[in-house]
Amino acid sequence: MTLYEFSTPQLDYFLLTPFLIVLGVACLGILVEAFWPRKGRFLVQLILGVLGLGCALTVLVLHWGISGLADPSRMPATGPYADSMVSGTVMVDGPAQGFWLILLGFALIAIIGFAERRIHSGATAFTPSAASVPGSHAETEATNEGLTHSEVFPLAIFALAGGMLLVAANDLLVLFVAIEILSLPLYVMVGLARYRRVVSQEASLKYFLLGAMASAVLLFGVAFLFGYAGSFNYTALAGGVTFTAGGDALLLVGLGLVLIGLLFKIGAVPFHSWVPDVYQGAPTPVTAFMSIVTKTAAVGGFLRLFYSGLGGMRWTWQPVLAGVGLLTIAVGVLLAINQNDIKRVLAYSAISHAGFILIPLVGASSTVALGGLTGPSSVASIMFYLIAYGFAALGAFAIVTLVRTQGREATTLEAWAGLGRQHWLVSVILMIFLLSMAGIPLTAGFVGKYVAFVSAWQGGFWWLALAGVLLAVIAVYLYIRVIQVMFFREATDETAELATPGVGTWIVLVICLLGTLGFGLVPGPLLDLLQAVSQFLLPAAL
Amino acid sequence: MMVSSLMVTDFSLVWMLIAIPAVMAGLLLSLGKVTNSFGHFLATLAPLASFTLAVMYFLDLWGKPVGERTVDIPLYTWISSGSWQIEAGLLIDPLSILFVLLITGVGSLIHIYSLGYMAHDPHRRRFFAYLNLFIAAMLLLVLANNYLVLFVGWEGVGLASYLLISFWQEKPSAAAAGKKAFIVNRVGDMGLLIAAFTMLAMFSSTSFVDVSAGADMLSPGWATFIGIMLLVGACGKSAQVPLQSWLLDAMEGPTPVSALIHAATMVTAGVYLVVRSGAIFEQSPIAQLAVAIVGTVTLLVGAWIGCSKDDIKKVLAGSTMSQIGYMMLAAGIGPAGYAFAIFHLLTHGFFKANMFLGAGSVMHATNDDVDMRHYGALRQVLPITFVTFAMGYLAIIGFPMFAGFYSKDHIIEAAFHGQPILGVLALIGAGVTAFYMTRLMMMTFFGQSRWRQGVHPHESPAVMWIPLVFLAIGSLIGGMALNSWIGSWLAPIGAEVGEHTSWLPAITPIGLITMAVVGCGVALGWLLFKKDIPDTAPQKVSIFTTIGRNDLFGDVVNDYAVVKPAELLSRAVATTDEKGITPGIEGFGRFVETLGTKLRVIQNGYVRTYGLTMVIGIVFLGLFLLLSRLV
Repeated sequence: MTLYEFSTPQLDYFLLTPFLIVLGVACLGILVEAFWPRKGRFLVQLILGVLGLGCALTVLVLHWGISGLADPSRMPATGPYADSMVSGTVMVDGPAQGFWLILLGFALIAIIGFAERRIHSGATAFTPSAASVPGSHAETEATNEGLTHSEVFPLAIFALAGGMLLVAANDLLVLFVAIEILSLPLYVMVGLARYRRVVSQEASLKYFLLGAMASAVLLFGVAFLFGYAGSFNYTALAGGVTFTAGGDALLLVGLGLVLIGLLFKIGAVPFHSWVPDVYQGAPTPVTAFMSIVTKTAAVGGFLRLFYSGLGGMRWTWQPVLAGVGLLTIAVGVLLAINQNDIKRVLAYSAISHAGFILIPLVGASSTVALGGLTGPSSVASIMFYLIAYGFAALGAFAIVTLVRTQGREATTLEAWAGLGRQHWLVSVILMIFLLSMAGIPLTAGFVGKYVAFVSAWQGGFWWLALAGVLLAVIAVYLYIRVIQVMFFREATDETAELATPGVGTWIVLVICLLGTLGFGLVPGPLLDLLQAVSQFLLPAAL
Repeated sequence: MMVSSLMVTDFSLVWMLIAIPAVMAGLLLSLGKVTNSFGHFLATLAPLASFTLAVMYFLDLWGKPVGERTVDIPLYTWISSGSWQIEAGLLIDPLSILFVLLITGVGSLIHIYSLGYMAHDPHRRRFFAYLNLFIAAMLLLVLANNYLVLFVGWEGVGLASYLLISFWQEKPSAAAAGKKAFIVNRVGDMGLLIAAFTMLAMFSSTSFVDVSAGADMLSPGWATFIGIMLLVGACGKSAQVPLQSWLLDAMEGPTPVSALIHAATMVTAGVYLVVRSGAIFEQSPIAQLAVAIVGTVTLLVGAWIGCSKDDIKKVLAGSTMSQIGYMMLAAGIGPAGYAFAIFHLLTHGFFKANMFLGAGSVMHATNDDVDMRHYGALRQVLPITFVTFAMGYLAIIGFPMFAGFYSKDHIIEAAFHGQPILGVLALIGAGVTAFYMTRLMMMTFFGQSRWRQGVHPHESPAVMWIPLVFLAIGSLIGGMALNSWIGSWLAPIGAEVGEHTSWLPAITPIGLITMAVVGCGVALGWLLFKKDIPDTAPQKVSIFTTIGRNDLFGDVVNDYAVVKPAELLSRAVATTDEKGITPGIEGFGRFVETLGTKLRVIQNGYVRTYGLTMVIGIVFLGLFLLLSRLV
């Protein structure tokens, strides 16, 4: 196969349907933006988004039912799935579908959260006119007109499509393209905040600059890997790794650079600097979207590349990632403790969660029983961890949007003092999300941490699991701190008010609460399901 | 048997026995005031329904061949962890069905009695809900098929017991009594838990079947350890020395509670535990002897306390301790004594519940006065209470043909065959029992009336005396009815069939001696207390009375052995915490915060700094990769 030869790719449209639907909905959204009258456009976009994602989700579940992936014994290592690639560049295997499920589900919840208009007294969380200069006459005019940006829906759905491509990418170039599809809409979305627009735009620019830098590093790494393996394909890469005849300097450099590019997307230390600023500056619903969708997509892409493409190099990357993981948790927790802004606390907490996800990732434990112990594989644990974190994060950010002074979100912790005494229901719900993030039993977060440490242990990294447990204990402090502020401090004049949530926010809160408690109490079925889809497939050499 | 076979084709519905009262308790507690007006009637129906079911199951078992009378009913896998599988399941066998009948039967009568006794209590609904909770937990305890499920029931009855002891929580003494019962019971619970986990480690299972089957393989040391730990558990729940002190204080609870929980059922759970664990005790003569000694000491201590109290409920409480001591003694004798222990447990359930409810009836008549020095000559005004109480009295002292005569004689005789010295002590205990019970009868029902002003004793309403009549009938014929078959009935659980199989008592030398000793006790009691009773308790009394009045200084012993050292320890811990640990932790906290503040400098908001951080990161990661390659 030469580089210049073009042959018609063989596409398994059946398996690709969920992805194609999402792409289609995003394109349709652009058309709606162009042709639908301004009045009612927001609603149409919302309906389109929810229906489209719901449809994709349904098709995905139907696929699952048809191909019977939930039954591991029926999951062939080759067979129908060998045909499921786009000329070997995209793999729709168990993990891809698992991550698709997580991405679609959480994106759907997040998009429902976008629709909240009641707490902003009729307006959305997004700026009426992103193009106008903050504080300018044009901005005031747009506000008075009641304009709103419904572009956020197609943007989010494009980002989601990028994420879905990323977790299925089986080719370094597709990986890069997917990351860009994921990132570019996010850069725009971050700058859309209605209030504190300068901060929002600054965050957007920072994100863009640092993201561009990370992309460059990643692309550099891709080039090195191509230089080593002579192909972008993971299969070729995996084959090349097995026979390291001659020097492997190219491989090592390429691996390091690609690793850095992906660690940036996950938000791991020391490539985390963008996270707090971006999480704080972005409109809170967008922060919620990013916190779970971006992370899931990046982790999914990361897993496939390092498990199936560079699996043979695991002795090289495992110690590096172990160190990065522990450092990430430690820095995330330490900095979160000092924050005085709830969104920054949650941002640093997101960083620490990225670290916790790296722990089972390092374990690289497969389904195979080790020493008589059977536990979930690393992939299944990571998926579960992401699901648990997703429910807690989406819910927590939804509540952040409710706490307001003079119509704006009150994010300083002083404004949260004594909130639990005045608004116990919402405060208790937030407390449950925070406890889930902290990993307290009876919540999904606990099960997530438990399976994460178990799979690291099974992978032979018992010391990493122990260190993780210790850090998890310290991390509890930062969540308790917020709970303490809410419940055990007297309310002051600065204490914020609680906006009455609309239907959208309620839906988000109820789903997240049910997920957090439900999977905390009965994690078994979900774990079994994830376990069944946790085997990466690698197409036969082309 | 036709009817029962039709009604209960198999035993899959045994859980209903427990579920009915449990659900009822849940309903009454969760529905709240809505059920205030009718909740107590519903609650009374629950044990009656369970009793009906229990009778059908009993008949079903009765109709089966001896070998098939043990039915294991698995419910679901409770805990599955590695090689440990703990199945939550129920076990119906000759032993558990007898308990179920006792609990639901006496329980139903006491529920009915409480309808009258608690009629005017503002928290009547809560009381009945707790009673139902107790019935459910007690049934779970005796129906469990393994030690962990048993432990759930064990804790459940404990909970119900604490709640009911301190039911009148506005009285500080009641609240304190509840707390005391809770704390003392924790010691016993710890013993049971250690025993259960040791079994889990030894047999990889805690089910009665597996433990019995595996007990042969146990080394004597471990058997003794498990046995002693089980005994500690039994001592806590059954108020045996040295964990006896809570039972007397527990009399602060409403009298039906004392009758049901602290006389007839819960406090006998220890005996059940020992008999159920027979296979373990057979491997360890030391543990068996320990059980017998604890039983003997308690039967004497309880009798001693019974002699010196003026509070009618405390006399009965002392007597309960003493009678359970007899059961423990029988259980400690080994397989030969198991049937007698259970036999005495059942008859005791009848006559002690009978007397407690009778005492409640007396208190009802005298404005809740419990001091026997304020009674006297009540037989004329409370004829039904008197007659039924007398039945209980005759049963407990072992008057021929009454219930206690059969069951207690067997124990004394078995004790003589096993350990003669214990037999002699048990015999003395029988005499003392006759003495203090006669004292109680004389002070309460005979002599001159010493009623307080404004007290106009009157007979209790029918809803209260009808249960008394049933229990009195039980006290009268219970022994005769059970004597001929209980030995062979209990044979499947390891009891050895005794030689007495007829409903007529066999005349033996020991039996005659016992009768003589009991006669002496009665005569002494009659002679001493037929004269006028002083209105207030005399202060110049013998050292024996003083010791008895102070519960053999059990509280003082506890104070010096446990409470004082514990307080000392907690003060020491508090000091260490304040002086050593807290500054350390706070120092660490400050360190963490400082570190965070230092780290924060990096997060200065300048994108160029962030970019630089990334570059430094890239360099370090690259170095790390290279190093890992070099090593």
